[in-house]
Amino acid sequence: MARAARILLNVPSIKKDFPIFERKVRDKPLTYLDSAATSQKPRQVIDATSDFYGRYNANVHRAIYELGEEATREYEGAREKVAEFIHARSPNEIVFTKSTTESLNLVAYGWGLKGRLREGDEIVGTVMEHHSNHVPWHFVRDHKGVVLKYAGVDDDGRLRTEDYDELITKRTKIVTVTHASNVLGTINPVEEITKRAHEVGAICVVDAAQSVPHMPVDVQSIDCDFLAFSGHKMLGPTGIGVLYGKSDVLEATEPLLGGGEMIREVHLGSSKWNDVPYKFEGGTPNIAGAIGLGVAVDYLTNLGMDAVRAHEVELTQHALERLGALDGVRLYGLGDASRRGGVVSFTMDRAHPHDIASILDVEGICIRSGHHCAQPLMERFQLPATARASFYVYNDVEDVDRLVAGLKKVQDVFA
Amino acid sequence: MASAYDMYQEQILDHYKRPRNKGVLEPASHHAKESNPLCGDEISLYLVVDGADRIADVRFDGQGCAISQASASMLTVTVKGKAIREAKALDKEAVLAALGIPLSAVRTKCALLSWHVLRKALGASTKDT
Repeated sequence: MARAARILLNVPSIKKDFPIFERKVRDKPLTYLDSAATSQKPRQVIDATSDFYGRYNANVHRAIYELGEEATREYEGAREKVAEFIHARSPNEIVFTKSTTESLNLVAYGWGLKGRLREGDEIVGTVMEHHSNHVPWHFVRDHKGVVLKYAGVDDDGRLRTEDYDELITKRTKIVTVTHASNVLGTINPVEEITKRAHEVGAICVVDAAQSVPHMPVDVQSIDCDFLAFSGHKMLGPTGIGVLYGKSDVLEATEPLLGGGEMIREVHLGSSKWNDVPYKFEGGTPNIAGAIGLGVAVDYLTNLGMDAVRAHEVELTQHALERLGALDGVRLYGLGDASRRGGVVSFTMDRAHPHDIASILDVEGICIRSGHHCAQPLMERFQLPATARASFYVYNDVEDVDRLVAGLKKVQDVFA
Repeated sequence: MASAYDMYQEQILDHYKRPRNKGVLEPASHHAKESNPLCGDEISLYLVVDGADRIADVRFDGQGCAISQASASMLTVTVKGKAIREAKALDKEAVLAALGIPLSAVRTKCALLSWHVLRKALGASTKDT
């Protein structure tokens, strides 16, 4: 379980677990600063997925033979690890999906669209959501005639929680919020927001894609009804995501996919669904992905999520100071690293974010540029694009320093 | 250094920092606008076509990366004074060749944005040929 943050991370030794850092990019050592988009994978995770295919590949839950039992044991074992990692009450509250996006769509469809929402009901989101926590609710609005409302963002990147005084009413049925912004890094007070939702009988849906990989998350203390995240941003494989839901809320949610695995019995013209969580896992699941995610969870647990968080706060603070000291660099989001995730968005006076990224690429440095799938937030700040560096367990202060050196080259080119 | 920064050659930086034919033309006989939602690049093109179907004047307006803005600037220089027929005949290979820099697939989109706007303004197809 959680271990003391007494020792910060030993990055050189962690880095050795990630085969990708053995390669060079454009004859330079790889400086990977795009973990908010996807994380790199340790050998343990890569081996676990190939081990499944190489040693005990079989479909889960139905096979009578030994291989099938091993596969089922490992797949369900991964569900238990994920449940423990986010402090769910039971593994049955963990649904495997393909991504955060699918998890959020499952909620929008199964609880919203097919659920009990009526015309005139209200869904409260925020301006700082990723597109994957906007568009599914647009679907619900278009089909159910519900009203969408949004909490705003301050100039410094703080969520305007005071907006909820007006926004959350008796008509509110769903409150949805990102735990940590993928652009600003802002960590939102999801406990408080959940409480506000529950006061009017609404459910709270948390997009945790940028939080679960980077900090301790306890779904019981947040008390949210749904929480979504992805495996690939937390050292796990792509194509595996998680939807946590409280048991009773999952019971009241309709499945997105009909087919094998998710049924109890099927007759011509009718079917009865399987129990939670299996009724949401129609079709052969991403078995290797789930097993790999389980191993990623082991890896993170071993490091200690308190230590992971402390490490990222330190790196972020260093980055804010060093980048902030550069001429013509503008930083977005809160100045206090302890209130934000390991994501630093910035712009430069003369260079467009795409040009910044292209020049850094020549130096072997990977950063993101663009709207980061958060166009409403970019519009709020009247920005066509930003550059974004994001950190994880394999990054150290030297990576930040290489970024700063790279940005000086950008300045030279566009001087 | 030369190979490392091939994309940002003198010519590109020159057109980016000192864009030619930048601004709005009013009234314009032809006008179109396109954006690249991926990066927020935006280009508007204004043309004044005379009685002889010749592009008498051209301006571009917009914002974006050095590649999209420099290529727009260069394109205006290329088509100014040309017959519409000649401007329509300008294919993407010619535009990329004029830029003379190595471009990844993503950055090629930046480089061709203004060409797409030109095709749109002239009512020509922008399909891959």
